[in-house]
Amino acid sequence: MATTQPTITSSTRGKLFVRPTWTTGIGSWLTTVDHKRLGILYMLTSFTFMAAAATEAFIMRLQLLTPNMSVVNPEQFNQLFTMHGVTMVFLSIMPLGIGIANYFVPLQIGARDLAFPRLNAFGYWVYLFGGLMIYSSWFLGGAPDMGWVAYAPLTSLSHNPGLNVDFYMFGLFISGVGTTATAMNLIVTMVNMRAPGMTMMRMPVFAWMMLITSFMIIFAFPPLTIAFLEIILDRTFGTLFFVQEAGALPILWQHLFWIFGHPEVYIIILPAFGVISEIIPTFSRKPIFGYPIMILSGILIGFMGFAVWTHHMFTTGLGPVVNTAFSLTSFIIGIPTGVKIFNWLGTLWGGSIRFTTSLLYALAFLVTFTLGGITGIMVAMPTFDAQVHDTYFVVAHFHYVMGGGALLAFFGALYYWFPKITGKMMDEKLGKVAWVFTVIGFHLIFFPQHLAGLMGMPRRIQTYPEGIGLELVNMLSTIGSWVMGVGLILIFYGVIHALVRGKPAGKDPWDARTLEWTTESPPAYYGFKTQPVVNSLDAFWAEKYPESMHVTPPDPAEGRAYDAAGVHIPGQSWFPILGALALAVGCYGLMYDNMVLAVICGLSFIFTIFAWAFEGVGGTHLHFDVAEEHV
Amino acid sequence: MPMRWLRRGLPVAFLAPLLASCSLQGEQSTFSPIGSIAQDQLDLFMWTWYLSIPVMVGVFGALIYAVFKFRRRKDDKLPVQSHGNPIVELILVIVPVIIIVLVAIPTIRSVFRTQSHVVATADDVVVNVVGHQWWWSFEYPELGITTANELHIPAGKRVILHLNSADVVHAFWAPRLAGKVDLIPNQDNQLWFDTNEDSVGIYSGQCAELCLGAHAYMRFRVVVSEQSDYEAWVAKFQKPAIQTVASDPLVTQGRQLVAAKGCIGCHNIGNYTEGMRYGQPLYPDLTNFGLRNTVGAGVLDATPENVAAWIADPQSVKPGNRMPTLWEANDPNRDQETAAIAAFLLSLGVNDSNQALARASSGGN
Repeated sequence: MATTQPTITSSTRGKLFVRPTWTTGIGSWLTTVDHKRLGILYMLTSFTFMAAAATEAFIMRLQLLTPNMSVVNPEQFNQLFTMHGVTMVFLSIMPLGIGIANYFVPLQIGARDLAFPRLNAFGYWVYLFGGLMIYSSWFLGGAPDMGWVAYAPLTSLSHNPGLNVDFYMFGLFISGVGTTATAMNLIVTMVNMRAPGMTMMRMPVFAWMMLITSFMIIFAFPPLTIAFLEIILDRTFGTLFFVQEAGALPILWQHLFWIFGHPEVYIIILPAFGVISEIIPTFSRKPIFGYPIMILSGILIGFMGFAVWTHHMFTTGLGPVVNTAFSLTSFIIGIPTGVKIFNWLGTLWGGSIRFTTSLLYALAFLVTFTLGGITGIMVAMPTFDAQVHDTYFVVAHFHYVMGGGALLAFFGALYYWFPKITGKMMDEKLGKVAWVFTVIGFHLIFFPQHLAGLMGMPRRIQTYPEGIGLELVNMLSTIGSWVMGVGLILIFYGVIHALVRGKPAGKDPWDARTLEWTTESPPAYYGFKTQPVVNSLDAFWAEKYPESMHVTPPDPAEGRAYDAAGVHIPGQSWFPILGALALAVGCYGLMYDNMVLAVICGLSFIFTIFAWAFEGVGGTHLHFDVAEEHV
Repeated sequence: MPMRWLRRGLPVAFLAPLLASCSLQGEQSTFSPIGSIAQDQLDLFMWTWYLSIPVMVGVFGALIYAVFKFRRRKDDKLPVQSHGNPIVELILVIVPVIIIVLVAIPTIRSVFRTQSHVVATADDVVVNVVGHQWWWSFEYPELGITTANELHIPAGKRVILHLNSADVVHAFWAPRLAGKVDLIPNQDNQLWFDTNEDSVGIYSGQCAELCLGAHAYMRFRVVVSEQSDYEAWVAKFQKPAIQTVASDPLVTQGRQLVAAKGCIGCHNIGNYTEGMRYGQPLYPDLTNFGLRNTVGAGVLDATPENVAAWIADPQSVKPGNRMPTLWEANDPNRDQETAAIAAFLLSLGVNDSNQALARASSGGN
């Protein structure tokens, strides 16, 4: 099909600065508001942080190879596991889900961008700067060392006088602001900007899971932000929220943290559920089994996710009544989760399954996540949890859920959507070899850790005693980390290989079902040439195989009518990145007690917000040749 | 492809119970319970483990079957675009509900049996446990005695621990006796457990909540003895005696060095000087140290060599701990003086110093 260049009409110029209009080069990326570019930036950034976290994990596993190793000292070990946790949870897996959503939610629902493109850019830049701020601590006196949960009073000045705690608090504080903004953005987009005819119950499952995730972010992050703020006030301005000498109850931190922390688990896993719900139908050539139940169970998980937090605190002495109540809610949340697993099985059942690398990751996800779910039920029993809480059993459990669950699903997403993002196919044979190493390595690392925990190995210890039976399990675990390391390197090599010499992908390499596959690979900056119109679930599939879905495909002319006034492309802007920069530099000012810098940055931030507001949306309107036929 | 799944699924399903039956026993293993609480916790685990076997067989069996049966064939017919089946979906909701009920009932019974607050009777042993970075203080309020890092209890009695912390959050975990409970500043937590009459022995445990520094070395021992041995131990603590056997000049020298080097600035040694109390409660009490099995909060067995090595260079034994290093590495007197202090400490509470050395060199009782 010949691509015709749209005619462009420019609207308002910026009032303060000339608005940037670069389309290539570094400036175009710094000022971009395009959801696809921001999605790519999110994904690249989170994979980079993941590489750092994996390196930290390898060093830890090396230290634990045999008893009494001294690769690192206890202090360094504390920094390593803290940074590994912080990175994987806040800087890697969660932003990866958000990044995929950034790229694909608008395309899946037939929108041309998120509702607030500049806010989206701001969200990305504060995430990046927050992450870099935390990582800068390695070079500025030592990384945070109190665990990713940062239990008070380990964070109080008397127990941890260095700046490391401040890096953690400020970095996560501002990146939390970005996450919340992006979540609101996604909600507004999905509620308001779906393609004509796409009712809520025709929205792809991935988009639905992101909608639920976004609502969870909005409700889960404020308690965390408050908790961070209390610590920041304690450390910077001398308040007494968590100062035990003044009678503070450190248990309050655990409540605030886990009221955020448990929903966070679902904030990480629901996008993965969404990804699996795209991959399995595509490669089984069947619609998702029980779509309404899938959505409903997601919503139930979203609600119940806020009612299980004290199962992280069964050993803090809350008493039998509280423990029973939260044990029961934790059991109940297992039901919708189990239903989802059954529905994925139901989708495979009766299908025509094609074993791509992407599907293999989805299958590995199903097995691993089921095992993680079973140990999840076990640790939801307060009396058994009293034995395994804070041991390697729990480490194994949450790595089965978040690593083997979310991460394997996102690797599946990589192989699934890479052709759409780059226009190049990834090598399947290479991908399958990498899959074998990654999955076998994963289980070799984490399965023995269940046994280590049951045999009395607490987590977060840099060495363990000889002669109590922990040597074999730890050695297996470390060997597993090398196997998985090979897998990760092969995945990375596969990406480079595909970028250099991947075969062209075409629009729809997988014979897929949802609207993103109707765009070019990679999609043009305006997304859809013609506004898609939808009249069933799996809109693209229905367009390709209407008789199989018993629907008549909508007339493309209807879609063109929506674009009569032209397609609005929002203007690029400097203010999101400048605002994020002001926020980040201001935090350094507060950390180093440089109040002049902090005040200057605070004022700059406020000024940026106003400039941003008065700048207006700007941008251009595209007019496609109406006569051109959409294919 | 399905064979690969079979090869992965089978070991997962069958290896673990196999291991559970033979090699998971251990000094600190939850599979070797000696009290009713730890037994209860293990029973609950085994029950859910057995329940999970049919779940795994069902899910993985269905997965393997589906992946094999419905693989794409050469003719590649378009499958029926089925959106679901309400009856199947209903069944698939009911099955997890039944499993959950089967897990929930024993869980609730167990929670109320083992985690309810208990009120001490005259027959119970009550101990106030205070967690410190990175050691444990055990105070017996009814007996008026305090010790460190070794909890002595009589077999067959119920033990009630009141847990508190002097600094950050710790967790008291002796896996073979009971699951852990946290020690949290400004909060009183309770942990109780019992032992059988025949549970005599030494059981190890350690701190399970990150407390920075030497967290990995914050270990302890629980010494369960016959009632008569326990009473003898208590009597020795209620009237600690300092003995310097004239025939052993090393012990006499050690006694002088403990004061000269400033040890008693931090550590109390009961009756070091008649009627005087030394040290501060923020540091481990060394009264009757000769009765201890370990040194450095359970890191090393209390042999003369180990105790001397610990005193000479605490950081190499237990990195991150707060005991100062009192000798330069090249100090010519270091080996002799630390040996003397070790000999003195190991004589404390033991009836005569020869017996002390014999006991200590055999690596604990």
